[in-house]
Amino acid sequence: MATYEARSEVTGSVWKVVCEVGQRLEPGDTVMIIESMKMEIPVIAEDGGVVKQILVEKGTPVTENQPVAILEVE
Amino acid sequence: MFHKVVVANRGAVAARVLRALDGLGVRSVAVYSDADADAPYLELASETYHIGAAPARESYLNEDAILEVLRVSHADGLHPGYGFLSENHRFAERVQAAGACFVGPSPRWIEAMGHKTRARDLAAQYGLPVGRGTGVLLKDAPAMLRAADEIGYPVLVKPAAGGGGIGMIAVHKPEELAPAVERAASMAERGFANGEVYLERLVERPRHVEIQVLGDRAGAVRHLFERDCSVQRRHQKIIEEAPGPGLARAVVGPLAADVARVLGAMGYDNIGTIEMLMGADGEFSFLEMNTRLQVEHGVTEEVTGVDLVAAQLRSAAGEPLAEILPERIAPEGHAIQARVYAEDPKRFFPSPGPLHVFRPPQDDGIRLETGYREGQQVTPHYDPLLAKVIAHAPTREAAIARLTGALRGFDIQGVKHNVPALVRILQSAEFQDGGVHTGLASEVLARAQ
Repeated sequence: MATYEARSEVTGSVWKVVCEVGQRLEPGDTVMIIESMKMEIPVIAEDGGVVKQILVEKGTPVTENQPVAILEVE
Repeated sequence: MFHKVVVANRGAVAARVLRALDGLGVRSVAVYSDADADAPYLELASETYHIGAAPARESYLNEDAILEVLRVSHADGLHPGYGFLSENHRFAERVQAAGACFVGPSPRWIEAMGHKTRARDLAAQYGLPVGRGTGVLLKDAPAMLRAADEIGYPVLVKPAAGGGGIGMIAVHKPEELAPAVERAASMAERGFANGEVYLERLVERPRHVEIQVLGDRAGAVRHLFERDCSVQRRHQKIIEEAPGPGLARAVVGPLAADVARVLGAMGYDNIGTIEMLMGADGEFSFLEMNTRLQVEHGVTEEVTGVDLVAAQLRSAAGEPLAEILPERIAPEGHAIQARVYAEDPKRFFPSPGPLHVFRPPQDDGIRLETGYREGQQVTPHYDPLLAKVIAHAPTREAAIARLTGALRGFDIQGVKHNVPALVRILQSAEFQDGGVHTGLASEVLARAQ
């Protein structure tokens, strides 16, 4: 078991969290959507896995490369 | 003429309208959110009012706050700029109900042209070329498939109340149609609070050519020639020019005249732009009408010598077109605009941050439009436009060279920006040959990676 952090690629704010703690995601699934400069940019679960922790909520400001969720892969 | 005008916008367009008001000797009112409290253009205004927090819905989209500024400032006009509330007909009605003039066309025109299929119907009814397409799709899968068959694949699914390329999906095969319609409808519902979508023939590798018009309150309309805005990323324009490269005057001249004639017949009554697609076969088809000033109005101003913002204000104040525009307008030379965005030049992701260094070029023949200055913060709340750099020269080749030089001399540090991408496009063989189309930017940039 190993964990990794899903990170926001841009500075902006959380527009929508689209997963729940405990949910299993496939590689490439969307964890949440960040809104910045009128664009919606998804945070992707690169390696999939089970969502262990969501570190932000709707409206939270985030900066580039900030971890927003922790996932666990087997 | 107006006594005092509220500029209900921010950034480069707020600066541009404030300058025009100053030139006309009209008092001006600027509004600002928390994020723009130190914006440089506020110094150009006779009065400034804070209208709310940084998020647009709490400030620049906050109708009540802006109407309150209109009331307390005793202004008799409101210029909406572009974006934000500029194409909101209900807001335009509220401005009128408050006893002021909305500097734009009458609300009924904003409403009619804001709905894509209704605008297409109107254009067709008045004899403008309109490509094959449908009305708003009903939730009837067999009928949808029949409609797509009649148009012929590939088709484009588009939101009827949309804009900015959001929610547009290309469909190449019948089995892709239903899921695409569903996805487009959900994006349209989210983006525009209206889930209506329709189908249009997909024109492949089209050019985007648009005709600038100005009407007066009596319904007289003239055109100010065309612009080519084919160079786009994410369906948004990044390089615009006038005149359109390689367009036969014998074709585009009559087209522009037709557009002016049609809008005159309709009684259109202020500034506007008819956007058209030009296929590889040279056929034009109506795309949409923007009932406001365009981001790229500057290239038309450079080649025609007409101050479009001042002209728009004078028309809104009731001056007849014959007094506003010179009798003969002849485009002179070539103008190209590049939009400098705070974004990653490869993936086009936004890049807000501090403008540690922001030193625009000051070359001859270069015009700069911006709402920023060095030291300011570029926030994630608004669109990523940092500046518009416009070059005017006797020929297209000279304008490309001048613009490239200016962009190379634009020193921006603290945010990522798209200047390298703009230079690469300007220096590409395709662009220099004038073989522009809406896929050009992504093709040139993909090659560079």
